[in-house]
Amino acid sequence: MSEVIFHVRRYQPGKDARPYYQEFRVPLTPGLTVLDGLWHIKETQDPSLAWRFSCRMGICGSCGMLINGRARLACNTQITELGTSRVCIAPLPNFDIIRDLVPDLQPMFRTHKEMKPFIIRGDGLTESSEGEFIQTSEELEHYLQFSYCIKCGCCMAACPTVASDREYAGPMPLAQAHRYNRDSRDMGFAERKQVLGGGRGPWRCHFAGECSRVCPKGVDPARAIQLMKRELFLDVLHLRGKSCAAPCAGKPTDAKRREGIPEAPKPTVG
Amino acid sequence: MRDQKLWTVHILAGAGVAFLLGLHMIIMHLDRYLGIFNPAGGKPIEWGNVAARSGSAWFTAGYILLLGAALFHGLYGLRNILFELSPPAGLKKAINVLFWLGGLGLFALGTWAAVAGCLTARAL
Repeated sequence: MSEVIFHVRRYQPGKDARPYYQEFRVPLTPGLTVLDGLWHIKETQDPSLAWRFSCRMGICGSCGMLINGRARLACNTQITELGTSRVCIAPLPNFDIIRDLVPDLQPMFRTHKEMKPFIIRGDGLTESSEGEFIQTSEELEHYLQFSYCIKCGCCMAACPTVASDREYAGPMPLAQAHRYNRDSRDMGFAERKQVLGGGRGPWRCHFAGECSRVCPKGVDPARAIQLMKRELFLDVLHLRGKSCAAPCAGKPTDAKRREGIPEAPKPTVG
Repeated sequence: MRDQKLWTVHILAGAGVAFLLGLHMIIMHLDRYLGIFNPAGGKPIEWGNVAARSGSAWFTAGYILLLGAALFHGLYGLRNILFELSPPAGLKKAINVLFWLGGLGLFALGTWAAVAGCLTARAL
């Protein structure tokens, strides 16, 4: 195969009455990714084609799109791994379209923010002011895999419940809520429960498991949601084990700097 | 918070239904080995056995529990399915009212039937 045919869904609200597919031919070169192909189209055939990208290495989560029927990162998808010379590209489903391949991710991030995705301490301590919180490697394992999420929205696009139920929070925000609930440094379960215990919570998940299947970072949001269901269930029955938040180690007072190690630069913020 | 509690009850009711239906299967289909539930002997659906079970306070309580658990589990599950279709707020409220009234009505009817059956069987 010497060239690849890209079927790209185009749509410009206000100009186009409805989305349509446009065909482009891209020469196949070794290591060509879908993102490279889109760049080739933009540079040589149609500069008006719009999509979102940033890092080009599967870290930023910007270039999530529907590639041959599956939500993936364009930068992480080699053409050869698709096993076909025809590549059908559309914006992520379950989101409004801003233009062409650019989905509107704002609703997802608003829901994410509602879940309070940060360490909440009731004791007034913060890591930066008092030192480091003590956390064992076993405690880290409870949430580590969920912290690999890059918020690309692929799980939201693959979720059949999100597709039909506009109230459901979706796999990404729920998995991130669970990530912080399981963090031994966190004391925010009661606060997050105000949102999780309502109608947008994990009960609406049907455990289709598509979110975990498509995640480009290997995160398992479906597992997070099931674990969260169990926690909320036990919480109602007052059977959820209560553990104290990780204590602060404090800054060492008697440590001496070894020779040859320079002082850290002064903080520039805060 | 409300949904968290309702969902927890939904799960507990499901477990209750599974347990009580398991008991039903044992009584009705393992009678050859567990004849204690069928004191009149013979098949579990013979009149003597049905009357003996109906007259038992334990069985009556079991029927009422199974009825309540099944009604809550079924109606709450159906309500969730309907709510996933994202109906307008007014329709949601109507579904809630209808299901509460329907559920309570069916529960009252079933409870009356179980208690009346118990009293009748005892009077025989």
